[in-house]
Amino acid sequence: MWKWLNSYADPERSYKLAGTLLPWFVCLAIALIGVGTTWGLLFAPMDYQQGDSFRIIYIHVPAASMSMAAYMGMATASFIGIVWQIKAADWAAASIAPIGAVITFIALFTGAAWGKPMWGTWWVWDARLTSELVLLFLYLGVIALYASFEDKVLAARAAGILAIVGVVNIPIIKYSVDWWSSLHQPATIKITEKSTMTGDMLYPLIINIFGFGMMIGAITLVRFRAEVLARNGMRPWVRALATQEVSK
Amino acid sequence: MKRGISYTKAFTTLLQRDLRIAIRHRGDIFNPLLFFILVVTLFPLGIGPEPQVLTRVAPGIIWVAALLASMLSLERLFKADYNDGSLEQMLLSPQPLVILVLAKVFAHWILTGVPLILVAPLLAVLLHLDSNSYVALMATLALGTPVLSLLGAIGVALTVGLRKGGVLLSLLILPLYIPVLIFATSAIDSASINLPYSGQLAIIGAMLIGSLIMAPFAIGASLRVSTN
Repeated sequence: MWKWLNSYADPERSYKLAGTLLPWFVCLAIALIGVGTTWGLLFAPMDYQQGDSFRIIYIHVPAASMSMAAYMGMATASFIGIVWQIKAADWAAASIAPIGAVITFIALFTGAAWGKPMWGTWWVWDARLTSELVLLFLYLGVIALYASFEDKVLAARAAGILAIVGVVNIPIIKYSVDWWSSLHQPATIKITEKSTMTGDMLYPLIINIFGFGMMIGAITLVRFRAEVLARNGMRPWVRALATQEVSK
Repeated sequence: MKRGISYTKAFTTLLQRDLRIAIRHRGDIFNPLLFFILVVTLFPLGIGPEPQVLTRVAPGIIWVAALLASMLSLERLFKADYNDGSLEQMLLSPQPLVILVLAKVFAHWILTGVPLILVAPLLAVLLHLDSNSYVALMATLALGTPVLSLLGAIGVALTVGLRKGGVLLSLLILPLYIPVLIFATSAIDSASINLPYSGQLAIIGAMLIGSLIMAPFAIGASLRVSTN
């Protein structure tokens, strides 16, 4: 098992694996987001209190949950990179960071747009919102730190330590609505008990959450492949690849 | 390899060394303190001198100024040692890095955190802080400023090898400071309306213990990256 996994630490193999996986992620992302969004926006029943404006949930919740998932993915990759000195993991972490930052921004933006009609304000200094904002700053910090080192091996180590330290924030975001009396509503999707949401509203939401996950996976794979090529420009296999592309 | 001297001895030796160096460069202690005082005096000029307004915002102003002052002073935590090579000697020494890092951070706290705590009541008078809040202010500063030094040291250790680390440093560590700020100001606010604030204090205390245990490892790992 370990031997099999370790063989993917080799840049060439991980590059090719990312290439094989990419179409699957893209197809699944398009299919799931397509189905989930159409179902959610057009066919799901209207909320009795919020009317049609609740439908932004189909973007907001997937973006918010994926912003945390992407962070955990990035921190896990950094941890693997630091502990087992696997460079491919460092590149993966570096390629997730900007995607996570954008998805966090989307979560904050859609939240603000949803808050305006519902709460009557774009922004409140509430535990959930503030901790999500901190998450955005953490992503930006990781990106800035990675960019500021000339030596990308060191850059990945330094950014990785910051990413791991920042993991403290993730449970704070998750449980902020339970720990503090917050304007933001508590979780409606529950894994262990029955969700407090009717099925026709819930299924498209879950489909979209998975769709967003696939989309992030797909973009990460694209960025990962670019990162591998950028860091291995001098290797023979990359050169062979480049000459192949040119001669085609 | 033999360690030579005990952990306690290593800790106190490095602590004394850092304190002695700082006493010989007194500006390093006073400049962040002056900055702290200046920032606090800017606010009444900016938002108007009405005592009611100032009473309301005093905890926030004092704490934000404390965050900024501690961040400014942090930059020098490892810089001189990095430049003259003694940081590498510390990394190479048989003593565990965690002990040495703790000594350095503790010295930094004595030099910047403690003066800040001592000056804070004076500034609180200037800002018409509610008389109920003084104890809370002192308690949150006493528990909170070591957390600032510990968390900040992670950021400094990550950026010490960079030539323009200053702005980056603020981007890295200010987000980590936010929880301390939230609980500290909330404790002072509770105190001003005679509510119990031991809950917030307990959380800041928990942060202190947590960072005391975990931050030295992160600082050590970061230093190894930076001196690579």
